[in-house]
Amino acid sequence: MKRLLILTTALCGLGFAAQAQNKEVNVVSWGGAYERSQVEAYNIPFAKQTGIKVNMIAADNPATPLKAQVEAGNITGDVFDIEVSDAIRLCDEGALVEIDPATLPPAPDGTPAAEDFIPGALQDCAVANIFWGTVIAYDKTKFPDNPPTTAADFFDLEKFPGKRGLPKNPKRTLYLALIADGVAPDQIYETLDTPEGVDRAFAKLDSIKDSVVWWEAGAQPVQLLADGEVTMATGYNGRFFDAMVGEGKPFEIIWDGQYMDMDMFAIPKGSPNPEAALEYLKFATDTQRLADQAKYIAYGPARKSSAALVGLYQDGKTQMAPHMPTSEEHMKTAVMDDPEFWADHSAELAERFNAWLAAN
Amino acid sequence: MPNAIDPHAAIVTEAGGLDQGGTLRTADGQPLKAALARSSRRARRRAFLLVLPLLLFVLLTFVLPIGQMLQRSVKNDGFSANMPQISAWFAANPRGTPPDEAAWAALAGDLQAAAEARTIGVVGTRVNYDMPGTRSLFTSAGRQIRRGIEPPYREALLAMDEDWADPKLWSVMREASSAYTANFYLAALDRTRDDAGNIVQAPEQQRIYVTLFQRTFWLSLVITATTFLLGFPIAHLLATLPMRKSNLLMILVLLPFWTSLLVRTTAWMVLLQQQGVVNDILVWLGVIGNNQRLQMIFNQTGTIIAMTHILLPFMILPLYSVMRTINPSYVRAARSLGATSWTAFRRIYFPQTLPGLGAGALLVFILAVGYYITPALVGGSSGQLISNLIAMHMTQTLNWSMAAALATLLLVGVLILYWVYDRLVGIDNLKLG
Repeated sequence: MKRLLILTTALCGLGFAAQAQNKEVNVVSWGGAYERSQVEAYNIPFAKQTGIKVNMIAADNPATPLKAQVEAGNITGDVFDIEVSDAIRLCDEGALVEIDPATLPPAPDGTPAAEDFIPGALQDCAVANIFWGTVIAYDKTKFPDNPPTTAADFFDLEKFPGKRGLPKNPKRTLYLALIADGVAPDQIYETLDTPEGVDRAFAKLDSIKDSVVWWEAGAQPVQLLADGEVTMATGYNGRFFDAMVGEGKPFEIIWDGQYMDMDMFAIPKGSPNPEAALEYLKFATDTQRLADQAKYIAYGPARKSSAALVGLYQDGKTQMAPHMPTSEEHMKTAVMDDPEFWADHSAELAERFNAWLAAN
Repeated sequence: MPNAIDPHAAIVTEAGGLDQGGTLRTADGQPLKAALARSSRRARRRAFLLVLPLLLFVLLTFVLPIGQMLQRSVKNDGFSANMPQISAWFAANPRGTPPDEAAWAALAGDLQAAAEARTIGVVGTRVNYDMPGTRSLFTSAGRQIRRGIEPPYREALLAMDEDWADPKLWSVMREASSAYTANFYLAALDRTRDDAGNIVQAPEQQRIYVTLFQRTFWLSLVITATTFLLGFPIAHLLATLPMRKSNLLMILVLLPFWTSLLVRTTAWMVLLQQQGVVNDILVWLGVIGNNQRLQMIFNQTGTIIAMTHILLPFMILPLYSVMRTINPSYVRAARSLGATSWTAFRRIYFPQTLPGLGAGALLVFILAVGYYITPALVGGSSGQLISNLIAMHMTQTLNWSMAAALATLLLVGVLILYWVYDRLVGIDNLKLG
């Protein structure tokens, strides 16, 4: 009996020792195809190079568990993949570690990181890895002769009949209404900051309200288009790309008036493995890694120097560069996410939006 | 002497004929009463120890978190904890006092300290709840103040942004300077405070919660009624069919019950959408034209259909368990005494199913009131329920105090209905099995 006890104790101790040697890092991300692209492009080479094990944890929106963990004072994640508005908010609330751009690896040609990243991609406490677009896609078979080309066409039910798919939130609908109504992309937030501008956006949405199918999850717009339930829908460009290239669906993307968002890596204060977390963050946002990710998903790298390295899709024949939301052509009429504006107004506009939805 | 208060004691004592000093004793000479009390105390303790794990589990996983959540609905110290000087000024000066230089100095000092401690975002978020658009006022002031601020503070702050002189801002800061507030409840009832602190209705395009509460309770009632109409005959059939057939039917009832909620909801989308199975069949049959396809999902109809289907077993099972125990000879007796089958059903059979009906209706209604995923997916714009807005505040706007206030109101609403039910029907009449 005693011998057994000693043996088990020794074994336990051995286990702990082994664990202490094997460093690890917990990364909380969004799951799905996006998570797979991160595993392939970041995690596998990172583990190979450093010997640090990466645990991937999926969440609907990683900012929610992050906030919950900070509130509870029990932080289990090391790196969180969050949206820029959440990154800025949580940074202002003192929940995140500040990251000095000077410590990030420079571009291969020696350009410092601070200049290599697309403007806005470096925040006080977070570093962007990808840009993604909310874009309009339509079913080519429904408009064979005279296909729609602009955001205004999305609101033209006469010329382009059929239902429309829109997300059930104000952030990704109001801007589109204003663009379609003739507001310039760089005037969107100024317009939305005035009561008249908000009225104008809702008036434009009113014109198609009866024909809208509202979606909640990112997979829905693709499904709605595929089922023929709608003829046009806005959705995330990576999802449409998957359906078009991966599954051969007859969809086409309209890049006019795309809404650009960033996903950023951030490290909470008091995370269990802060050093490994920082190491992972630096590794995952270097030029090569960001370019590699485009091989698995159609989201644009946050570094300018990565663009030249973006190659073929994993099918081995599709050039990825023309599908990047960050390509110069697609950036022309893009609306950038404005985290300051949404931090101020998201609650107010969400209430107004829901009240507008509920009024029939 | 026999105990006058306890008649049983008297009977036992007299029947035993052992009236020696008035007490019964056990074999080892102890008073029987004390021995009985001791042993029943031990039994009670053992019973308590047996349920203790469950009690602790419920306390830790249910009562405690819910209590914490409820507390959030009235307590938010985001401002008061991080802005102590200006909070003290508000406490010392009554409402209506114009801010003097001492107030501006306190504000500037607090802003500087909060900016250094990186808590300025918390402060801004708290004020933004009551006055949208002010969060950036605080964070941008914080960024500038981190570089230093010199008196006179009023002019210094106004130079950063003129909104600092807005009387509404000062009124909202006064509200926020105490950790406890009823403002989240006011907002949850579509009310707000004006500059003078009076409670007024929110602007019309901003009113949403009262409508959604009404819709949630109304739709839950409709869903409870439809589950009753559909479930009652099935439960009756289940209870009266021969065992072999009723077992098969039971499996058909339980099969969807075991299937994932998401699968069932998506299945309804496939069936009901405009290019879906039902519409295709109707077009094929020539009932409707190809361009007249019915809109049966992504609206209230879709929510009612999908939720009725999902909640149906919760009505059938309690009804079935009660119906099985109803003695068929009562109805036969009524018929033999001349009652029509309708009268026999109405006066004899139906009243006996009431305990099951009550249990089923209560279960379905309470589940429906808090339903989230189905209305989110198939509700479109007109089929949203209050739980969808609670989820929005939990995950999108991250305003947990607001989510807690809405959830508390929902909880209170359900408890009131439960109380009314207890008054009208009596909770003891409930029978779950």
